[in-house]
Amino acid sequence: MARKTRTIKVDYLARVEGEGAFKVVVRDGAVQSAELSIFEPPRFFEAFMRGRAFSEAPDITARICGICPVAYQMSSVHAMEDALGITVGGPLRELRRLLYCGEWIESHVLHVYMLHAPDFLGYAGAIDMARDHGEIVKKGLALKKAGNDIVNLVGGREIHPINVRVGGFYRIPGKRELADLGETLKSVRDIAVDTVKLVAGFDFPDRSRDYTFVALRHPDEYPFNEGRVVSNRGLDIRVADYDRHFEEVHVARSTALQSRLHGGSYLVGPLARYSLNFDRLAPAAREAARDAGLGTTCTNPFQSIIVRSVEVLHAIDEALRIIETFEQPDRPSVDVVPRAGIGHAATEAPRGLLYHRYRLEEDGSIAEARIVPPTSQNQPSIEEDLRDYVGGWLDLDDEALQHRCEQTVRNYDPCISCSTHFLKLERIEETSG
Amino acid sequence: MAKASRPRLAVWKFASCDGCQLSLLDCEDELLAVADAIDIAYFMEATRGRISGRYDLSLVEGSITTPHDAERIRDIRRISDVVITIGACATSGGIQALRNFADVREYTSIVYARPDYISTLATSTAIADHIRVEFELRGCPINKRQLLEVVSAYLAGRKPVTPAHSVCVECKLRGTVCVMVAHGTPCLGPVTHAGCGALCPSYNRGCYGCFGPMETPNAPALSQHLAELGMEDRAIARLYSTFNADAEPFREERERHGP
Repeated sequence: MARKTRTIKVDYLARVEGEGAFKVVVRDGAVQSAELSIFEPPRFFEAFMRGRAFSEAPDITARICGICPVAYQMSSVHAMEDALGITVGGPLRELRRLLYCGEWIESHVLHVYMLHAPDFLGYAGAIDMARDHGEIVKKGLALKKAGNDIVNLVGGREIHPINVRVGGFYRIPGKRELADLGETLKSVRDIAVDTVKLVAGFDFPDRSRDYTFVALRHPDEYPFNEGRVVSNRGLDIRVADYDRHFEEVHVARSTALQSRLHGGSYLVGPLARYSLNFDRLAPAAREAARDAGLGTTCTNPFQSIIVRSVEVLHAIDEALRIIETFEQPDRPSVDVVPRAGIGHAATEAPRGLLYHRYRLEEDGSIAEARIVPPTSQNQPSIEEDLRDYVGGWLDLDDEALQHRCEQTVRNYDPCISCSTHFLKLERIEETSG
Repeated sequence: MAKASRPRLAVWKFASCDGCQLSLLDCEDELLAVADAIDIAYFMEATRGRISGRYDLSLVEGSITTPHDAERIRDIRRISDVVITIGACATSGGIQALRNFADVREYTSIVYARPDYISTLATSTAIADHIRVEFELRGCPINKRQLLEVVSAYLAGRKPVTPAHSVCVECKLRGTVCVMVAHGTPCLGPVTHAGCGALCPSYNRGCYGCFGPMETPNAPALSQHLAELGMEDRAIARLYSTFNADAEPFREERERHGP
C-alpha cells in the first residue's frame, strides 16, 4: 500500500541568496499545495527611506542586496532623475551600462557555476564539484572575477559600489584603466563562449510552461537601464504606468507581498528578457544560443542556466563595445537641483525587472518610496512550477524528489535578501492598546 | 588523514543583504585554497549541507531582529569554539537599526498591507548584544582581504591585523589628497574605522562611514567642521545615521544634531 500523503519539505534552501524554504504536499497522487516561504526578516527599507535625502537613495538601497547592489543603484538613480527632470546621456549613460554588464557577469556566473551547475552535475556545491571538475570551477571563477573587475573599477568596489550618484558618477575611470579592463575581458571571452557550450550539454527535464513573460524593451538595445515594460501577451506600457497594471498582494497563508499582472502570475528575469529581446542580443550571443539549441524564446526554466550563460557572453561583448568606443566626458556628473516630484524607473537586475518609485518633497527629501524586487514578482511562478511539475515526478524517491524541487526553485536564482517584503511569517495574536 | 583534522567552518546569516558572506565567494583567487585548508562545513549560500556537531569557527552575518533569531544565535554560540561577526549588521545592527529610533509598528504598516502577519522585534541589534563574540570585523560590506586575514589569524591562533585607526590614516598611506581640505567635501574619514582602504576619497567623494566609528573618535569636533562647510544639522544627523547608526559614538552624535 502506497503512502497516501507525502510531504516534501526543505526548511532551509541552499544555494539561494537569502533565507527560504518550501513545502509540497501530495495526497493520493495529487499535488495539494506548493508553497515557497521566505523567512528573511523584514528590514523596512521603504519605511526608513522616508525623510532621507534623494541623494542617499543609491547608497541606501544598494544595501537591500549584496548580490545585485548595482541594480538597486541604477533603479534608484533613474527614478530620482525622473522625479527631478534630469536626463543623463552620452558617456555617463554608457558607463552605467558598463557597470551593469559587470553585475550581470558577476551575478550570473556565480549562479551558473557555483549555485546551479552543481545541481546538474550531482554535487552539493561548487567546492565539492571542484574536486572532480577543478578546471571548470577555476574557469568559472576567472569569468566571475572579470565581472567583478568591471564593478570594481567603475563602481569602486564589488559589493555596494561607492561611485554611483544621482546625475552620474563621482569619478570617471581613466583611458588606461579602461584599456586594461578591456584586456581582462578579452582574456576571458573564450570562457564565456565555452560556458554556453558546457551548460547546453547538461541533461534538462522536459518541462515547459506557458509563461507570461515581462521585461523591458528598448528600441535598439538589449535592456539594462531603459525601455518600455512589455509582455508576450500584448502589454506595452511606460514605466510610469506600472502601478496601473501591476499590484502587490499580501497573501494571508503566510508569505507576504506577491506581484500580480492584471490579477495573474508572470515571470521576469533571464527567460523573459531573452524571449522578448532575442533580436537585441549581440550577434555572437545569438549565435551561441542557436548553437546551444535554444530558439528565439525559451520556456523551460531548467534551461535558464543556458540563457544566463548567453547573457554573460552578451554582457562581455557589450562591455567591450563600450570600452572601445568610450569618450571621456567633460564632467563626471550633471547638475542636480532638488524639487518636488514623483519619479519611476525600472531596470533589468540580473534576476529581472526591478521597479522603484519615489515621491520627493520640495527640498529633495523622500516622502514615499516603493520598491518591487524581481523575486517577489517571480514567487507566484515558482510556486506554480512546483505545483505543475511535482505531479510528474512522484515515482522518484523522497531524496530525488526533494532535490528536483530544490532545483526547480533554484532555476530562478531567487534573491531572497532583496525581498524585504515577502516572508514566511508566523501569525501572532496581538491586541493593541 | 590530514583532511579529517581540517578546522570546520560555518557561515550563519541573520538580517542582512548577504553581501558579507558573498565576500568569501568573491575571493576568486583564494577560494579553492581556503577550501583546501578549511572544511567549509555549513555555508548555505554556497552548498547544501546539514548542521552537525561542533564548529571550530563560526562567521556570523546580520543582526538580530526577530524573537526566533535571538534564540538561534545562542544555539550557534553553544556549538562554536570561536564566533566572529562579519559586517556592520552583525557588529552594530546595520541600516535596519534605524528602526531603533522609530516606532516599528508604524514602519510595519508603511510596508505591509497586513502588519498582523509580521513577527519582528522593535530593535535591530548587534550579535555581541546577545552572545560573547571573539572578534568583530567591520564594514558594509567587509573587505575580503580583511576577511582572509581574520580567518587565517584565528586558525593560526594569532591576533588579526586590522588597524583600528581612522580612514584618514589610510588616505595618508595611499597618498590621497584630503577631499575635505582641498575641496571642502564633507567626509566622515576622521571618525571612521579603517579597513576599506580609503576608497571614497580616492573616487573624489567623502567617506560615508561604512566601517563605523574608529577607536575613540572625536565626532563633535568633526561635526563642527562639517557645519563650517555649510552642512545643516539635519544633513549632519543623516550622515551619522546610516549603516552603523546604532554604534554608540555615531548614535550620540546624531542625537546632538537631529530628532
